[in-house]
Amino acid sequence: MALSTDTVSNVARLSRLAITPERLPALAAELNNILGFIEQLSAVNTDGVEPLRSVSAATLRLREDAATDGNQAEAVTANAPEKSHGFFVVPKVVE
Amino acid sequence: MSELTALSLTAAAAGIRAKKFSSVELVDAHLSAITAQNPALNAFITVTAEAAQQAAKAYDAKPTPDALLPGLPIGMKDLFCTKGVRTTAASKILGNFIPPYESTVSANLAAAGAITVGKLNLDEFAMGSANITSAYGAVKNPLKANDDTALCRVPGGSSGGSASAVKAGLCLAATGTDTGGSIRQPAAFCGIVGLKPTYGRCSRWGIIAFASSLDQAGPMTRTVTDAALMLRAMAGFDPKDSTSVDTPVPDYTAAIGQSIKGKRIGLPKEYRLDGTAPAVLAMWDKAAQALREAGAEVVEVSLPHTAYALPTYYIIAPAEASSNLARYDGVRFGARVDGDTLDHLYENTRAAGFGAEVQRRILIGTYVLSAGYYDAYYLKAQKVRALIARDFSEAFKSVDALLTPTAPTEAFRLGEEPKDPVAMYLNDVFTIPASLAGVPALALPGGYADNGLPLGVQLIGNHWQEETLLSIGAVLEQAL
Amino acid sequence: MSTPYRIKGRTGDWELVMGLEVHAQVISQSKLFSGASTLFGAEPNANVSFVDAGFPGMLPVINGVCVEQAIKTGLGLNAVINTTSIFDRKNYFYADLPSGYQISQYQQPIVGEGWLDIELEDGSTKRIGIERLHLEQDAGKSIHDQHPTKSYVDLNRAGVALMEIVSKPDLSAPFEAAAYIKKLRGILRALGTCDGNMEEGNLRCDVNVSVRKPGAPLGTRCEIKNVNSVRFVVQAIEFEAARQIEILEDGGTIRQETRLYDSAKGETRSMRGKENAHDYRYFPDPDLLPLMIPQAQIDRIRAAMPELPEARRKRFVTQYGVAPQDALLLAEENDIAAYFEEAAKGATDAKLLASWAVGELFAALNKAGTGIENSPLSPARLRGLVELISNGTISGRIAKDVFALMLESQDEAAAIVEAKGLRQVSDTGALEKAIAEVLAANPDKVTEYKSGKDKLFGFFVGAVMKATGGKANPGVVNDLLKKALG
Repeated sequence: MALSTDTVSNVARLSRLAITPERLPALAAELNNILGFIEQLSAVNTDGVEPLRSVSAATLRLREDAATDGNQAEAVTANAPEKSHGFFVVPKVVE
Repeated sequence: MSELTALSLTAAAAGIRAKKFSSVELVDAHLSAITAQNPALNAFITVTAEAAQQAAKAYDAKPTPDALLPGLPIGMKDLFCTKGVRTTAASKILGNFIPPYESTVSANLAAAGAITVGKLNLDEFAMGSANITSAYGAVKNPLKANDDTALCRVPGGSSGGSASAVKAGLCLAATGTDTGGSIRQPAAFCGIVGLKPTYGRCSRWGIIAFASSLDQAGPMTRTVTDAALMLRAMAGFDPKDSTSVDTPVPDYTAAIGQSIKGKRIGLPKEYRLDGTAPAVLAMWDKAAQALREAGAEVVEVSLPHTAYALPTYYIIAPAEASSNLARYDGVRFGARVDGDTLDHLYENTRAAGFGAEVQRRILIGTYVLSAGYYDAYYLKAQKVRALIARDFSEAFKSVDALLTPTAPTEAFRLGEEPKDPVAMYLNDVFTIPASLAGVPALALPGGYADNGLPLGVQLIGNHWQEETLLSIGAVLEQAL
Repeated sequence: MSTPYRIKGRTGDWELVMGLEVHAQVISQSKLFSGASTLFGAEPNANVSFVDAGFPGMLPVINGVCVEQAIKTGLGLNAVINTTSIFDRKNYFYADLPSGYQISQYQQPIVGEGWLDIELEDGSTKRIGIERLHLEQDAGKSIHDQHPTKSYVDLNRAGVALMEIVSKPDLSAPFEAAAYIKKLRGILRALGTCDGNMEEGNLRCDVNVSVRKPGAPLGTRCEIKNVNSVRFVVQAIEFEAARQIEILEDGGTIRQETRLYDSAKGETRSMRGKENAHDYRYFPDPDLLPLMIPQAQIDRIRAAMPELPEARRKRFVTQYGVAPQDALLLAEENDIAAYFEEAAKGATDAKLLASWAVGELFAALNKAGTGIENSPLSPARLRGLVELISNGTISGRIAKDVFALMLESQDEAAAIVEAKGLRQVSDTGALEKAIAEVLAANPDKVTEYKSGKDKLFGFFVGAVMKATGGKANPGVVNDLLKKALG
């Protein structure tokens, strides 16, 4: 399943990585090299094998329902590149 | 190395308790070593000299000799969030991120008396096997081959800063994290001890995630006993990590010095790969012989799906990483590169903030999860992963531990690393299977290559059998 | 069987096929995967943990109460509870989605198939299938009107637990959709798993609408997102169905898409911006292990299930003899049902009490713009009033006056009746005297009545009542009048 530059461009958009068109062919070649390697797996017979969910035998622990966190708006926004009136700020999103 | 920086963690603890030296003296000796050597090694991204000196003074003023690591200077891989101290994951994208919280493992270590002297360099987001993908520059191995004229060897990765600093005496021990070999392979390259515990043994809370189902923190030390001591301080149940397992932490040091007579050790035949350096194979044989001489029974075993571990890993790890790294978007923390729309802001920020290897893995991970490919790649990989885990559980029905090489070669020269990413991935061929199965593995020095550089040997145990590994490891350490 | 709902088009009748996805905010103190509070209306980013904000190294830990609430809701919907379920990551980038993924459940939800019955206009019921219910995180909120070129992001809601309840495409009329939502909301409220408040967005509906000629294969559907009132759901469906029929009758085809209902304009419009080829890349969240629910827990919750509105309604009819229409209104909400049952304790005529609650009391509450929890009449006071009617102390008409007086005081009905002298007059001597006076004052009418104008009987009753200040017992007046008029 060789990746076309179009597919790479689409995957880059899904990943939100700006890739210049000039870089696409080289990147496609790199990714195809890796995909060629991982496609060895198709040779393994996995009929009837359940996919591994976790290496741990444990199951999910349930937390007690109590408001124990929050009330730290200052700390939550302290690292933000742009903030205003306690909000995070981004370019206007049009719906 | 000065007298103080040459001490093992265990010996330093004894010295502090016997008041042979103070914590301030110990910390200062290591800070001096950092000042002297870090410019060449680049092992530390951030040195927290002032905080460390204050902590040492505080320790000396009110000593707690019963603590596991009383006033002992250690290094912290810069993947552990440290409250009030910049944490970078060796990536530009985190910018000047200052965590408002402390990771559970680093907090456990502090509670055990350890003093962090700084944040250690690594491959960006722990993705790499040579510590050359760091946005803060490559780390150098403090060891030279016989024919090297200057420091020019990679320390391995991703915990390359940790391995380099421990070997060079810049700290008594360091934390590492291991996703596919990131503790064990650099330990092998730098000639130290590294332990990847059972998945669920050390809390992942506050450690910047690479691949959540594989990431596990562990100690990097100069001796097996030190690894036992440090693991005891790091490990423990953490209700904040849903994958942390609620099982008591034993005194791992009690395993050291126990007889291994009658233990059954397996040599997985699939690990005898074509192209492995003859010196590595010789070291492996010698280690097996040493165990036989100590009374262990050494047998050949089979892990039939070993060959598929690497491709399985290079689906699962990038898939999880592509999702784990989506949060670095320039909105709530970290660096931002503006854009006229929100999507352009994301794309610009992430393109500028992530390095080439990280971008490559994000793209692969996104692709293998995308519509139409999920079953062929990700689901298939999780099925093969189940087979690999089953290989181990079958093997551990008949043996107590497995003995393998840690890495296929000794440390290579910076700039002479494989340029093909796939060839680079092969560095982890011996370490990845245990990561996929979630079982513990201990890497320790096993011998030397012809050029004098160290080679690593690896012991792999069943889930929660860290003590078995440590007792066998201590025997090997004595013998080799 | 009621007549199937059809929409008349130029080319003939059309049939509607609809399914609803309801997002119901789970009632809990803290969020699904963090300990931050779920309280509404806090300062921006105040109810936010570092987990909710997607900070590096932060990990989710599931809230046991949210799991319990989902199980309870599943049982209330007659659904299968899956003893193993999986949390998945739904990956996409958006300003109010801090981690770049939403934790949801994709292939193995906590609750599987179930059903609920809705009442149709003709009194018959229709069973609507439930496809699944799963737990997921809510997103934060972007505010677009604070700045000309910027959006402001508040993560207070980010991570709050939602139950997504997906119906089967069994709904075929706007009023069925409305009945489904009301029924579901009643169940959620009765169970205490969601407050059902649509104005605050605690219950939101996505409606999948398609049209077809009766019996034809399914048409292409459009999804109308986030409709926030029952009325708007009905309007949105009506508009959307008409839009699709018009396109099809003009020879066009329906494009499968997500649409938004604009309640100001009363129309749906395409949200093209939201759709550029979403590929959510679902995969099991490696930070979370499989959720295993022991059968014993399901059994325990089942044993402790509160009575649901439908069962309660039937019980009110059989146990108290309440009229079916009154029972429907009294059984719908826990608070109202509890009020009624408290009031009905020891009441002589619970049916009459029910009709007073639904009539006078509800009208008074409506007028005051308040709910039963702030009722000016305690259950005991209402009972006291109705008892006076039951035992003949006052007439129904006088009782309305007494009721009005009770709203303005804390007095018991009996005390008001005594103080104001409103006790009904049943003393035949006094009434005969009043009747004699009325007849004497109206000789013409008496003559007319006697010559066959029966309708005048009512006039005499009214006049006697008036003469006694409304206090006369109407039954006794009737008897005595008939006798007097011979």
